[in-house]
Amino acid sequence: MEARIDIIEKRLKNIKRIISVASGKGGVGKSLVASSLALNLTRKGHKVGLLDLDLYGPSSHIILGLENYNFPDEEKGIIPPKIDGINFISIVYYTEDKPSPFRGVDISNIIIEILAITQWGELDFLIIDMPPGIGDETLDVIRLVKKSEFLIVTTPSKVSMGAVNKLLKILKELNLPIIGIIENMKMKNSKLVKDSILKMDLKYLGFISFDHNIEEAIGDTDKLLKSVFMKEFNKIIEKII
Amino acid sequence: MHEWALAESILTTAVNAAKKEKIKIIKEIVIGLGELQQVEQDIFEFALGELIKDQEEILKDVKIKIISEKSNFVCNNCQNHWSFDDLKKGINEDESEAIHFIPEVALVHSRCPKCGSPDFEITKGRGVSILSIKGEK
Repeated sequence: MEARIDIIEKRLKNIKRIISVASGKGGVGKSLVASSLALNLTRKGHKVGLLDLDLYGPSSHIILGLENYNFPDEEKGIIPPKIDGINFISIVYYTEDKPSPFRGVDISNIIIEILAITQWGELDFLIIDMPPGIGDETLDVIRLVKKSEFLIVTTPSKVSMGAVNKLLKILKELNLPIIGIIENMKMKNSKLVKDSILKMDLKYLGFISFDHNIEEAIGDTDKLLKSVFMKEFNKIIEKII
Repeated sequence: MHEWALAESILTTAVNAAKKEKIKIIKEIVIGLGELQQVEQDIFEFALGELIKDQEEILKDVKIKIISEKSNFVCNNCQNHWSFDDLKKGINEDESEAIHFIPEVALVHSRCPKCGSPDFEITKGRGVSILSIKGEK
């Protein structure tokens, strides 16, 4: 008998809001949005956790500039290490950032284990950096993290919107709370995303322009906070908190 | 000591399962301890004992039995089977400690001893589980 699921609700009970940053498509900037959101909210004085659930391709630690993968401290579970003030949990503490060839059953087991043993304590926000698509991780978050709201990221591309629409349809079908959709890496005027979102009766939160200098801010949180990306994203953040 | 968190998970699950079955007093919980997770049994039992003291009436007479389970791995590529003792030969102390926290990272830190594939399954002895619960209605 699975012995770890029943404790998860207790582990998350002192967290006011849980926001899963998701997309149907990879490469649209989910991790940058999730990490920047956690950083922005922390600098605004909130208590914030960030959980990277992209187990094959974790990226939040790269964006935050984490270089040592020491095990988190233990105290009746594991205590998220503070990275730039963010309570941060990622599989990289245990994989040393090596390739992670997990199958579906392993993914579910890892997610359950992390949720069952992490002592988040009191938080204003827990941000979950999700992998792309509607596979195991998304289904497990829906199944196990009942309080989660979904913040969806897309790019202004028909290909990206094709996959994102599928995720949105599933979330709507299950009556899950969708905060809204962010159009990231916008390069020219186009109503593709906005029209498609409004047609689904969902909230279009705004766009973030393609920031040509963002690569220089990866791994450097001070530069990230001062970036054009963050300036534009901050306007969206003000709408959702 | 994340054994505490695991012990707490076991008791919460057992109490919820018993309540669903309308059991008023849980008499026995049999816990399986998979070898791969390398749970320190002394600490685990101590945590269970301390947690039971603070729990509801339903657990006041409970007896805990712990059954250790050997681990087994099967390669999806060449169908080779191997044990935790075999697996331990190929990993260092830090990798072993990582597996203690998240048993699936065995797939990250080790390979099939016969063909070198990372595509293998943990078929037995992964971690903690509840094998049975007995009680009175």
